[in-house]
Amino acid sequence: MIIEAGHYALILALFVALAQSILPLVGAARANVGWMAVGRSAALTQFALIATAMAALMYAYITSDFTVVNVIQNSHTDKPLLYQITGVWGNHEGSMVLWVFMLSLCGALVALFCDNLPAELRARVLSVQGMIGVGFLLFILLTSDPFLRAFPPPPNGEGLNPVLQDPGLAFHPPFLYLGYVGFSVSFSFAVAALIEGRVDPAWARWVRPWALASWCALTIGIAMGSWWAYYTLGWGGWWYWDPVENASFMPWLIGTALIHSSIVVEKRDTLKSWTVLLAILTFALSLVGTFLVRSGVLTSVHAFASDPRRGVFILLLLVVVIGGSLALYAVRAPNLKGGGLFAPISREGALVLNNVLLVCGCATVFLGTLYPLFLDAVGGPKLSVGFPFFDSTFAPMMVPLLLAMGAGPLLAWKRGDLAGALQRLWATFAVALVVAAGGLVATQGARVLSVLGIALAAWVFTGAAVEWAERVRLFRGGIGETWRRAINLPRAAYGMTLAHMGVAVTVAGISASSFAVENIQLVRVGGDLPIGGYVLRLAGVDKMPGPNYVADDASIEIRRDGALVATVHPERRFFPLQQQTTSMTAIRTNLLADLYVALGDRDANGAWTIRAYWKPLVPWIWLGAVIMACGGMISLSDRRWRVGVAARARGRMLAQQRLQPASGD
Amino acid sequence: MRKAFYLLPLLAFLTLITWFGLALRPDHDPEILPSALIDKPAPVFDLATLGGGPNLALSALKGQVVLVNFFASWCAPCRVEHPILMRLAAQDHVALYGIDYKDRPEDAKRILAQLGDPYHAVGLDPDGTTGIDFGVYGVPETYVIDKTGQIRKRFVGPLTEQALQQELLPLLKSLNAS
Repeated sequence: MIIEAGHYALILALFVALAQSILPLVGAARANVGWMAVGRSAALTQFALIATAMAALMYAYITSDFTVVNVIQNSHTDKPLLYQITGVWGNHEGSMVLWVFMLSLCGALVALFCDNLPAELRARVLSVQGMIGVGFLLFILLTSDPFLRAFPPPPNGEGLNPVLQDPGLAFHPPFLYLGYVGFSVSFSFAVAALIEGRVDPAWARWVRPWALASWCALTIGIAMGSWWAYYTLGWGGWWYWDPVENASFMPWLIGTALIHSSIVVEKRDTLKSWTVLLAILTFALSLVGTFLVRSGVLTSVHAFASDPRRGVFILLLLVVVIGGSLALYAVRAPNLKGGGLFAPISREGALVLNNVLLVCGCATVFLGTLYPLFLDAVGGPKLSVGFPFFDSTFAPMMVPLLLAMGAGPLLAWKRGDLAGALQRLWATFAVALVVAAGGLVATQGARVLSVLGIALAAWVFTGAAVEWAERVRLFRGGIGETWRRAINLPRAAYGMTLAHMGVAVTVAGISASSFAVENIQLVRVGGDLPIGGYVLRLAGVDKMPGPNYVADDASIEIRRDGALVATVHPERRFFPLQQQTTSMTAIRTNLLADLYVALGDRDANGAWTIRAYWKPLVPWIWLGAVIMACGGMISLSDRRWRVGVAARARGRMLAQQRLQPASGD
Repeated sequence: MRKAFYLLPLLAFLTLITWFGLALRPDHDPEILPSALIDKPAPVFDLATLGGGPNLALSALKGQVVLVNFFASWCAPCRVEHPILMRLAAQDHVALYGIDYKDRPEDAKRILAQLGDPYHAVGLDPDGTTGIDFGVYGVPETYVIDKTGQIRKRFVGPLTEQALQQELLPLLKSLNAS
């Protein structure tokens, strides 16, 4: 009964979404207030309905209702409760329900909290949100129904893929989806602005918080996925340039460009059609990401749903959503009025450079991910690009980006003084040079690129610090003045400083990963394995039963200079149901370096393969991502996004426009 | 002219979507990634080997059923399938040959020394040209070549226990019997 209710709610949601996409749009065109108001109640109703469907599916999982095909295929009574819940989105159908749930959540938030939006703009935004909802709900109901019943019900389910039974991966998809789907709001704003034919600083103020919040969620989501790969795959790698990783990385790159270019729209009232294009592209890439994963166009460990029929549907969806919005862009964007002066050496100039480099970086990743597919599609020879391609193309493009990142924030708007900015960065230069020289001496020139990477990170980090010090006149004004300035500095400024420092921390972690030391050996119980100044002793391996697996649990003593530092327990878990083995690595970290131990196979003579790695600065990769997301969230709490401020700004803008006719671009 | 500029994103997108459409044509099953070379003679290769023995050449492999496994030291999934390859090599069902794809020989040597070497011989393909001849999409990939030198099956990605038991071993049995 509850299952049918969930299914029914999903069907109802489709029709509500249909009403939401048509009525407000027509109402906005005809200035019909009643029809425009439908958008708000429809968005809230749609959210309530999809939340009901989501709850029904979750109920089926928690109660192990094996009359539902989806539950049979992905759950089992022995599975821990946490993974019964997260199993809801650990499969294709359920993850699509999660997707529309988040989409409707975004719609409901726009409906609830954007009271200060002009009625027409809000109606159009909600209408576009409704259209996306219609597409995805149709997709679920026609090709991937999660509420399908099975008769007779089997005694137990088939269980969830053991690899997915992990806290990191359990919460990775919701964050990723929150990011993907959150960008649908900036997309809707972009399309609504194209329909209206008007983009102004107030528009940028409405879009930026959404883009920023989605960007934070995506940052966390990607970092979680990478962290998961690091500690479960058992090989110490954290990024594989796997198509699915790239699929989430591409919207992140363009989304990063978007949150920067929208600043230019807000402050300088220019770069408008470009920002609109970025908003469309970010969401388009989010959709392509879904498409790559869901259609099985690319074969990958992640592609757990493969069905050509679904692929064709998503293809149509992409044509309508992206093709439609780009066609609208081609027609309306030429009429968007641009702003005034634009000097290359200026804050906006630096932001344009940032945009160009990020977009090129994204294009490279796109090419590397899809090139093999393209050649295959046209029947040409198959070609493979892997690590070698990305290392030699993407990485060099990030170097100028990081260089510009250090200096850009010190440039003034309109007309910056590069020489002056570089002069103020003398301390930054000094730090970067010292780090580079020190690193080269310490490694005896063996790892030049890694040392340069760390020096670059130092440059970005101190650059951000110097910019902050300049703003608060540290050491130059009195303590009182510095304190007053530090308090009055907008949170957006702190957000930027923190986010840029986060990038520096991540870059340092990535650059240092080539300093890792590994030792992989067969070790008998009682035997030793030296690694990075430590000695690991295999004290014993015990069989440990788990809820739905049996584990070989190794006790490994970590000693330094003979003294016991810690005992760790890497495991190999065997899941009898799926006949699959997963590895639980043991990681000892002091935030400066990880000691990473994984248990491998046992050979015929009773010796175990132990893989041990000593990885300096590796935890910084994820620490940096968390700092970036914190920076984003602090920026999000800036008072200028709060209710009313944007509306007043728009009022001022309109008043100014009436006084002076806008200049063309 | 300026207006045409704004059409560019749409045109680029339409081009892309056509590629996607071609990739999704009904006879094209993305899960299997069938090789155009199935039941055709394997591409000819003659590669220097790791460790410097005689070259690894296709012509020398005729008359036996062989497994050609493309791998690389930088490839994580290769390490996932490595224990299965080790077991396969120990069982004597088939002669297993490796091709070290876009890799440095010293890295490959180090990895095989650490993990164990399941291969009869390893050919070096540093610039990936043999990989292109085979249509290698990514590493690891494994090809079954029969006694007459024809490719009979292709496995994309790491070999799994399931693929081994249900597909590879039965196939090897029938090829060895013929």
